[in-house]
Amino acid sequence: MFRSTILGLGLAWLSGVAALADLAVSVTYLQQATPRPPVLSNLDPDPENLGIAGARLGLTENETTGRFLNHAYHLDVVEVPEDGDLLSAARTALATSAFLILDMPAADAQRVADLPEAAGALLFNAAAGNMTLRDDGCRANLFHTIPSDAMRADALMQFAVFKRWDKLAMIAGAHPDDIAFATALKRSAVKFGIGTIAEKTWDFDADMRRNAAQEVPLFTQDFGDYAMMLVADELHDFGRYVAYNTWVPRPVAGSEGLRPVAWDRVVEQWGAAQLQNRFVEMTGRDMAPRDYAAWAAMRSLGEAMTRTNADDAATLRDFLLSDGFELAGFKGRPLSFRTWNGQMRQPIPLVTDRALVALAPLDGYLHQRSEMDTLGLDEPESRCEAFK
Amino acid sequence: MRFLHFPIAILLAAPVSAGEVWITNEKDDTISVIDVQTLEVTRTIPTGERPRGIIFSHDYSRVYICASDSDTVQVMDPDTGEILHDLPSGEDPEQFALHPNDRHLYIANEDDAITTVVDTETRTILAQINVGIEPEGMAVSPDGKIAITTSETTNMAHWIDTETRELFANTLVDARPRHAEFAAGGSELWVSSEIGGTVTVFDTATQAEKAKIRFEVQGVHPDRVQPVGFEFSADEKTVFVALGPSNHVAVINAETFEVEDYILVGRRVWHMAFSPDDSLLFTTNGVSGDVTVIDVANREAVKTIKVGRFPWGAATRP
Repeated sequence: MFRSTILGLGLAWLSGVAALADLAVSVTYLQQATPRPPVLSNLDPDPENLGIAGARLGLTENETTGRFLNHAYHLDVVEVPEDGDLLSAARTALATSAFLILDMPAADAQRVADLPEAAGALLFNAAAGNMTLRDDGCRANLFHTIPSDAMRADALMQFAVFKRWDKLAMIAGAHPDDIAFATALKRSAVKFGIGTIAEKTWDFDADMRRNAAQEVPLFTQDFGDYAMMLVADELHDFGRYVAYNTWVPRPVAGSEGLRPVAWDRVVEQWGAAQLQNRFVEMTGRDMAPRDYAAWAAMRSLGEAMTRTNADDAATLRDFLLSDGFELAGFKGRPLSFRTWNGQMRQPIPLVTDRALVALAPLDGYLHQRSEMDTLGLDEPESRCEAFK
Repeated sequence: MRFLHFPIAILLAAPVSAGEVWITNEKDDTISVIDVQTLEVTRTIPTGERPRGIIFSHDYSRVYICASDSDTVQVMDPDTGEILHDLPSGEDPEQFALHPNDRHLYIANEDDAITTVVDTETRTILAQINVGIEPEGMAVSPDGKIAITTSETTNMAHWIDTETRELFANTLVDARPRHAEFAAGGSELWVSSEIGGTVTVFDTATQAEKAKIRFEVQGVHPDRVQPVGFEFSADEKTVFVALGPSNHVAVINAETFEVEDYILVGRRVWHMAFSPDDSLLFTTNGVSGDVTVIDVANREAVKTIKVGRFPWGAATRP
């Protein structure tokens, strides 16, 4: 009931504003709530408005530019509960607007993209790093502003190779997201010539706040020697207890320690300080990777509309995939979309809690098209056919 | 470092006028004063937080400094280095331009999407003009009638009528415009776009795009060729453009709009200033924390001078 009221307003907005502005675009941020398994520590809960706040910031930036060009923007947020009907919510949203930002698992994003109503729409995946979505599970109407697991893994492996840390160990959790990231790390280790990673699955059910110091040394003792301990713990369950507790003292990276991310508060170069300031001022918290991905989706749409002076999905999609599109994404290089799978190519910061350690692609990783294409599924690797 | 020793002899042999180049050090909260004759830092002067834009009054009796994180423009006596007073500047002043009347400062307030006009004599704000997000580049036409603000996120040059203090035009440029300068007696406006990798030349009368200049540095990926600050030679025939993380300065023929040369300088080159006699050009290199001295006639770097952390702005004092 509540939901349809919001959408009704969106429709009213469009018809009301259309008369005033030369162009008007309405975007729906569609979020599917997903069950979150309990984790060992409750220190860092996800913010309520994760992702949504990024879209809102992108909206205000688009509106400022739009003011000078007589372009109007609107954002609806639709949150579908765990047992809610995602597809009917998506249908309702698509009836109002052809532009959706999707905050949901990969399979749900595919189901929305496959709706007949979504055929000519432009959808942005701002949450799922899933590799299949960029590979043979891609959809022609589905772009990705969140980096794939492969891009994050490749960023970390470039760093490992650069440091000549070529013997790696890994502790992976059992959640599907953990397994997906672990798979990406293993694939990347082969891609960059490191080879096999010694791996163990975290299957403890003890409360590590009491006995991490006792359990992790024993758990990591039989790895022998290695240069870096990788942690695939995307839910942030056990990973925080690994650093300083491994049998041999080694740096920790992956989901904890040195983290490859789309965005983090420690990114301050390349004008990023200004974006961070705007976000903190608006929300009172730091900008997270999902906020950044939603921001990038909104800004990409805005940039496409600004440059083409058009508001139909087909024209904007063509422009986003063209050489003419470039987004100033505060990561030192212009961002653009890969024409073979709709993934936004972007540098990946490697961060600790306190500092930016490096920015991938690292120096020396060359590519005939863009050095950023050394991260993630490159054109010959991706089996995506939908963009051809 | 490699061009440190032998060219100094050449420099010392050539007649070089006196004067100083003032460099703001963004992450040191200081100004480094370089003596043009000796090419050495003679003074380091404390400023407010995060000094960026720097400009002298026409008679050089005062220097204005954007102390961005102190949210003020500081007015300094350049002889003593004393702060005389602060000007109300709006929040986070980054760059500014001084009106030909030597009295009105046009200030870009980076965090506030505003251009503030300040009277330096009465020390009052005359106007605040809404512009695009992250205003940065500022320029005033030689006749004083037009002020320009470029906004980094909105990707526009905003044209301000200095009489009414209202926008009369907004022109799109490539991504992340950083710097603006009037040229050819005010008939042209030049704007650099950092992420777009271009410099756009507008016809002032019509605000129409007249030319777009692109760069190609051998061995550097186009993504890293990011034009930022630029300066015209005194005869206005040549433009020197800092290309950011490509660590090069481009030399453009201002009449044909062709790039004639690239000069290797320090890391992340940002802004620049000429010596009083225009024979030397001083570029601020943010990441390497130094200033490269370019011999303008020969178009080559002749010396590197260590300054503070993240040198940003540069201004000349005869």
